Amino acid sequence: MKTNDVILQFTAKIVFFIIFFYAVHIFFAGHYTPGGGFVGGLVTSSAIVLLIIAFDLKTVKSILPINYLYLVAVGLLLALGTAAFSMFVGEPFFTHFFDYFNLPILGKTSLHTAALFDLGVYLVVVGVTMTIIQTIGDDE
Amino acid sequence: MTILANILIIFFIVVGLVFIVVTAIGLFRLPDLYTRTHAASKSATLGVMCILIGVFLHFWLIENHFNPAILLGVLFLFITGPVGGHIMSRSSYIAGVKPWSGTVRDDLKPEIERMKKEQGIK
Repeated sequence: MKTNDVILQFTAKIVFFIIFFYAVHIFFAGHYTPGGGFVGGLVTSSAIVLLIIAFDLKTVKSILPINYLYLVAVGLLLALGTAAFSMFVGEPFFTHFFDYFNLPILGKTSLHTAALFDLGVYLVVVGVTMTIIQTIGDDE
Repeated sequence: MTILANILIIFFIVVGLVFIVVTAIGLFRLPDLYTRTHAASKSATLGVMCILIGVFLHFWLIENHFNPAILLGVLFLFITGPVGGHIMSRSSYIAGVKPWSGTVRDDLKPEIERMKKEQGIK
């Protein structure tokens, strides 16, 4: 029976953004406080799962037209690239670099290549979780 | 100043605790699913929100650490707690859970019948 679920859909629209921005916060806070790529990726995919529950799989696929398997590949390539970059400048594999930069709005910020590696982890976690859920939810 | 801050913090945490105890008593004492959902979704949400505000004030006033994540958690609970209760009780109504025998009025029943008739179910 098709029922009226306006309340769930409206709440999901608002709560999605809270969860997603909190996931971005967790991702960037990972260097100095608890958090990081893995938890951030899981929270992001839980936000997308909330959209799938409130609407349905086809609608969410048209909102976010991403092939999540490519997301996994891009994340792995990013992680491998950050790890292998140091070999080209004469340092051992997986050596990370960091420095302080004066960015226009943020002021003095420390940028670290480990964040790029973490971005790779983030993309892989989002891609794998969403692939699993879409594959299980889609078969008919 | 510290005493005033402590009084405020203790007030919020005690109020939250009382609301959570009321929730637990309500879950034991109330007769059917709908009244229990009413107890659980309303007073538990308020109780947890009060405790979170107490924790926020403690870290802000005593430890000088402003933590906006706790305020975000309060907002999140305020939005999602009642919606969770709504979805639970609505899905159990549609699944056929009978209300308590002392119920005098059921406004959702004719609406569900009408919806079933429009969509041609049964």
